[in-house]
Amino acid sequence: MYRRLFPVKNSVNFSFEGQLITAEAGESVAAALLAANVGSFRDTPVSESLRAPFCMMGTCFDCLVTIDDLPNRQACLTEVQEGMVVLRQKGAA
Amino acid sequence: MSSVDLAIIGAGPAGLAAATTARDAGLSVTLIDEAARPGGQIYRDIERSTRELMSILGPDYAHGRKLVDSFEGSGCTYLSSATVWHIEETTPGFRLFYSRNGASQALDTNALIVATGALERPMPLPGWTLPGVCTAGALQILLKTAGTVADDVVLVGNGPLLLLLAAQLVTAKCPPRAIVETSTLGTYLRALPHLPRALSGLGYLTKGYELMRCIRRAGVPVYRNANSIRLEGKDQIEAITFKSRGKIHRIETSSAGLHHGVVPNQQITRLMRCEHVWDNGERAFLPQTDSHGETSVSGLYVAGDGAGIRGARSAELAGRIAALRVAGKQGHTAASDTRRLRAELARDAAVRPFLEALYPPCAEALSPADDTLVCRCEEVSAGDVREAVRKNAPGPNQVKSFLRTGMGPCQGRVCGLVISQLVSEVSGRNLDDVGYFRIRPPLKPLALSELAEYDPGDQ
Repeated sequence: MYRRLFPVKNSVNFSFEGQLITAEAGESVAAALLAANVGSFRDTPVSESLRAPFCMMGTCFDCLVTIDDLPNRQACLTEVQEGMVVLRQKGAA
Repeated sequence: MSSVDLAIIGAGPAGLAAATTARDAGLSVTLIDEAARPGGQIYRDIERSTRELMSILGPDYAHGRKLVDSFEGSGCTYLSSATVWHIEETTPGFRLFYSRNGASQALDTNALIVATGALERPMPLPGWTLPGVCTAGALQILLKTAGTVADDVVLVGNGPLLLLLAAQLVTAKCPPRAIVETSTLGTYLRALPHLPRALSGLGYLTKGYELMRCIRRAGVPVYRNANSIRLEGKDQIEAITFKSRGKIHRIETSSAGLHHGVVPNQQITRLMRCEHVWDNGERAFLPQTDSHGETSVSGLYVAGDGAGIRGARSAELAGRIAALRVAGKQGHTAASDTRRLRAELARDAAVRPFLEALYPPCAEALSPADDTLVCRCEEVSAGDVREAVRKNAPGPNQVKSFLRTGMGPCQGRVCGLVISQLVSEVSGRNLDDVGYFRIRPPLKPLALSELAEYDPGDQ
């Protein structure tokens, strides 16, 4: 289980698969989703296995999500924005 | 088309120091980085770090603040959230293609410093693709950027970064559930001959000792000489099993952090066809560089961990040295004497052979069991790769053609070294002979529409 050490000060609200997520302004989408204990972000193209972030620095591509209708977004490199609509990525896009 | 004296890729300590130094010497400089804020990975998000978080992360992290402040006062052009996807030699000089705000642009430069740092050494273990398993670096980034920790994390592997993270988690009052350490008994004996030279890096040794003392005082269980490590679970990690000193252990956990060292990020130096050499001490490919960081490609320099793992202080020094060399070559000779800096760089590196011997890579991750996935993107197992080599795939690029290892989105960033290692293991050839994946543009995935809309005349 992940938990925040400090309460959110400047909140940014976005949705993940319809669920409301409250993040700290300036965080990456990946960090915010992990802090909310989302579990997994995507299914792999080859075997539909579940994946969650592995490197958090833009090299592993396991954090791929669809953000505001654009697929293949690296959640660990994308800053949270108010009202973002984030969806799981199923397979390749 | 904008044109500068010097372009720098990477806003970590090497890039920041190089940019500031080059500006002081009178060059026009543009620094390009993928992230929204400066700092690279080691000083990631330092501009938005709070006092409480910085006291957890420690004084080495806080040092990054000075670098960033100097950089911001330097007058360097800073392209943040910009991803370089191709580089062409324009001899002299280079043309960089980068993507920013959904559109592609180009930048011409006389000289280029690549300061893209290091990657985690791949650590394929059974179950390593399960959600909840990540690198120790990832957990540290989560702490730095979101002040977030995992309650019951088990850290697996070895190395200074692992110890630093464990100590930071202890300070955050969320100590790791356990450390499963993969060094063997022989490690200490092999490291001993390097200790005398390492004593000139006494600061590093005392720092390391302090970290270990902090972890010990917190009562974090440390299991030594661990092997037969398995990460178990169905939809996410549920437990880790391993052998340590003759006993079998099973620890239930929902979070595991893997780490057994970092290695140079080769994507750009390989794209540019720089010469590389396999270094047995570092167990990684290094770009061939001269004493100022210039590669076999004229005008292309590497500064920082990308030239060889030396840490953040060395990265700063190397950035300054490369910048001064560039300045000197472009006629700004006033302050281009780099002898003192290069001597300091050599002193800072004295501790490395000792650390390399003390923290060797995890043997069973260097040679994973046949059923362990080694290519995470295309889900290819070590056994598949070994079979391809036995069927006469002559090298990593043929393995790539047969099995798609390295064709997935990570382009070999995670699996590259493992594939080369497996080819070497099965064929009996050394790593210099085996080589590495051929890296082609785009360096990162690019939408076709962006490429179609790219028009150099627009600028």
